[in-house]
Amino acid sequence: MTVILSQSFTGISIGAVLLLIALGLSLTFGQMGVINMAHGEFIMAGAYTTYVLQQHLTDAGTSLLLALPAAFAVAGALGVLLEWALIRRLYTRPLDTLLVTWGVSLLLQQLARDIFGAPNVQTRAPEWLTGRITLFGGEHPLTLSHARLFILTLALTAVVALTLTLRRTPLGRRIRAVVQHRELAEASGIATARVDRLTFFIGSGLAGVAGVALTLIGPIGPTMGTNIIIDAFLVVVVGGIGRLRGAVIAAFALGVLQAVVEYSTTVSLAKVAVLIAIVAFLQWRPQGISTVRTRSLA
Amino acid sequence: MTDTRSRVLTLAGFALTAALLFAVAPAVLSDFRLSLLARYLCFAIVAVGIALAWGRGGMLTLGQGLFFGLGGYAMAMHLKLADAGPGAVPDFMLLYGSGGELPWWWEPFRNPLFALAAVLVLPMATAALIGFLVFRRRVRGAYFAILSQALAAAFAILLIGQQATTGGTNGLTNFQGFFGFALADPLNKRMVYFVIAGTLLAVLLITRQLFRSRYGELLVAVRDSEERVRFLGYDPARVKLAAYTLSAGMAGLAGALFVPAVGIISPALIGIVPSIQFVIGAAIGGRASLAGAALGAIAVAWAQTTLSEEFPAAWTYFQAGLFIVVIAFLPGGLASLRQLLTRRRTRTEGTPA
Repeated sequence: MTVILSQSFTGISIGAVLLLIALGLSLTFGQMGVINMAHGEFIMAGAYTTYVLQQHLTDAGTSLLLALPAAFAVAGALGVLLEWALIRRLYTRPLDTLLVTWGVSLLLQQLARDIFGAPNVQTRAPEWLTGRITLFGGEHPLTLSHARLFILTLALTAVVALTLTLRRTPLGRRIRAVVQHRELAEASGIATARVDRLTFFIGSGLAGVAGVALTLIGPIGPTMGTNIIIDAFLVVVVGGIGRLRGAVIAAFALGVLQAVVEYSTTVSLAKVAVLIAIVAFLQWRPQGISTVRTRSLA
Repeated sequence: MTDTRSRVLTLAGFALTAALLFAVAPAVLSDFRLSLLARYLCFAIVAVGIALAWGRGGMLTLGQGLFFGLGGYAMAMHLKLADAGPGAVPDFMLLYGSGGELPWWWEPFRNPLFALAAVLVLPMATAALIGFLVFRRRVRGAYFAILSQALAAAFAILLIGQQATTGGTNGLTNFQGFFGFALADPLNKRMVYFVIAGTLLAVLLITRQLFRSRYGELLVAVRDSEERVRFLGYDPARVKLAAYTLSAGMAGLAGALFVPAVGIISPALIGIVPSIQFVIGAAIGGRASLAGAALGAIAVAWAQTTLSEEFPAAWTYFQAGLFIVVIAFLPGGLASLRQLLTRRRTRTEGTPA
């Protein structure tokens, strides 16, 4: 019993990381139709922001909490720069955004290598995140690490905040209007270009927050983005474009599936199994779990 | 440009390319340079497949590494078994402790004919299966690109994970012979080069014929308006499937030839990054133009070896910058540069002052 529980918790915590990474993507890819391959490098930027802050502040806890808004701002600014310089020229050519942003991701990786060096670096976790909670003592105790719980909380907070922003704020209304019918939104007096930029700021900023979370579970390095970006894209593909709900379900479903298969086989076979499951799922629902009308993804 | 004139020009281009590849290059290049060229030509074969699937078919396939790897590993497994001799297992298997037992799926690769067929059949069958599942459900565009990329990533991860039977991160390397010819002999290295150059020319010719055929027209029609083609009574999924499968065959062939030419196949050569690099060459040269894609692949690979050794950081910036600028501002690649200039000139001449 506890084996199942602890595997599902592993799955949920994989899912939380996936969700945090995919959340920003579901905004920029799902809502705007832009395939941002540099999203992984925005995550990296968030992680390095945490690292830099920790170099200057002695208390790991303070620096971690400060890193959250700072990483949001840094990654968001990078996103706005990218949107302004390149992506706004490519809104009608979504596949080309993929290639162009991959070029950008190459550039950012090399930049990180030149600034921080090629070897991975590590941050210290604050004391209040190093512990574990143990439930059901005995042969198979269920242990939940504080860091994983923190990431789960962070992911859920981000989902709630993003949902509220999209549903309750004037900006959110404008974003949804632009996504659903660009021309009509433009005609109603919405400055669509500005909304695009703000959407990109939020989406990229969320990547930065994900980067902060990743510093708690692994090393920080120039190639960390490449390794996770595909998983995050798969979450968005399975979730379906346009709705956050789909991304949330997909992230946790894929996380749990990964954990369960991993338990009975190996990590590499689990990856393959997850992929086969995704292709099978797309046979059933080619548009993903939930979709909303968007600018078409040619 | 009239049709006959374009045909004559293309034929002249082929003749020139053939002369360069078969006469000039072997005469002027050292053995070392020629083997480098052989490696670039392998990438060019992959790029021709990308020009077919992506340039003509509109399917941005970011996972050609999967097919390159299938072809490469099929060839490498045979070469390893041939080196080991009858009944013996490849050296690395003893090293990683699989107990000296040959896995059942290695066994058929002892047969040279099976291995040669597998080089084409394995990648094509895999592509056909993926394509069938994906195109039938009208998964396309970005979804297809991401899925294809994920498949390449998963294949690389799988190979790394199964170290005892695949060589893991190190891949398969240290090949002594190539169907009875010793690879250490420079003369045989030249033979491998000629085989690769011949394959590239053949692939170019076949694809060119395909582009000119009715099927080629249909493929472009599917790319530009899939719905309309469906209404006309064709099955777009089948049209796309054929192009995707063929492009996979080309990548597999290239991978198989890469193995004797370069002497290694490993997960690092077929994962996400190399898969995208295949696309970069084709994109910079010109995604829709066969010659452009092939030349682009050769040029980018050449630039990488010459520049990256000297200035690794600068090379990455240069590659990334070139890629960004070409895709964002010159989507037809360098092949469209001339067209773009002539069009601009005619336009300025055509407009009254």
